[in-house]
Amino acid sequence: MVTNITSFGRSGLSDWLIQRVSAIILALYTLFIVAYLLLNPELDYATWHGLFAQTWMRIFSLLAFVSLAAHAWIGLWTVTTDYLKATAIRVGVQTFIILAIFVFLVWGIQVLWGA
Amino acid sequence: MPQSLGRSPSRNHHPLGRFSTGLGAGQESVYRAVNSKRPVNLDLSTIQFPLPALTSIAHRITGVILFVGLIFAFWALDTSLSSPAGFEAVSDALAHNILAKLIAWGLLSALAFHLVAGIKHLLMDVDIGVTLEGGVQKAQITVIVSAVLIILAGVWVW
Repeated sequence: MVTNITSFGRSGLSDWLIQRVSAIILALYTLFIVAYLLLNPELDYATWHGLFAQTWMRIFSLLAFVSLAAHAWIGLWTVTTDYLKATAIRVGVQTFIILAIFVFLVWGIQVLWGA
Repeated sequence: MPQSLGRSPSRNHHPLGRFSTGLGAGQESVYRAVNSKRPVNLDLSTIQFPLPALTSIAHRITGVILFVGLIFAFWALDTSLSSPAGFEAVSDALAHNILAKLIAWGLLSALAFHLVAGIKHLLMDVDIGVTLEGGVQKAQITVIVSAVLIILAGVWVW
């Protein structure tokens, strides 16, 4: 089995499964948001804010953001590991990506519960 | 590329990727064959790629684009939920600002392709169309469906 200490789940098989589960969650969240915006062409602040004030929407959104963090890391880890051959550059870029993902996750939680 | 549960997708599985260097003993002969002096052509610019290879690399490129585009999506979500004025700022930008429209259309296009190509991946994971013909056909369907979605996204944005 291929193992690499910088991969998400310590094994390719684990990453493979997480990538697919997170993909399905992200697909459902995307379809929901797109459908909601299409069905509410005259959307106003109160309705939009009301949607994100619902507990189920906050949980659904948090699930999507956590899935996004895992999905982005596994995908970008694969791409950077394949194409960035110089170790210093690859680790530098991967460190930046991890920090960016962390910032997005904290930002997302703040948006959901900070308003 | 067909992929199954038994195979690790984590490294060097891409047709445009590089060859693995960390080889087990059983792969040593393959490694020697690759490094033998037989004529090889690894100049990618002279190789005509089959459609499944192009949709595969496009899946990766759109994934990177979407990650970079997250900053716009999170800004829009944060600002639109922060206050009525913020909501107006986002909807005004999407209604009148040509740059905002282009970014929105670009990200929706990348998302459409990435989603469709991802569904293709999931179909292959459950052993649907894991043949040469099936692979080419699904790549064609991916291109056509995402092209339609990209046009519809443009209609939506404008």
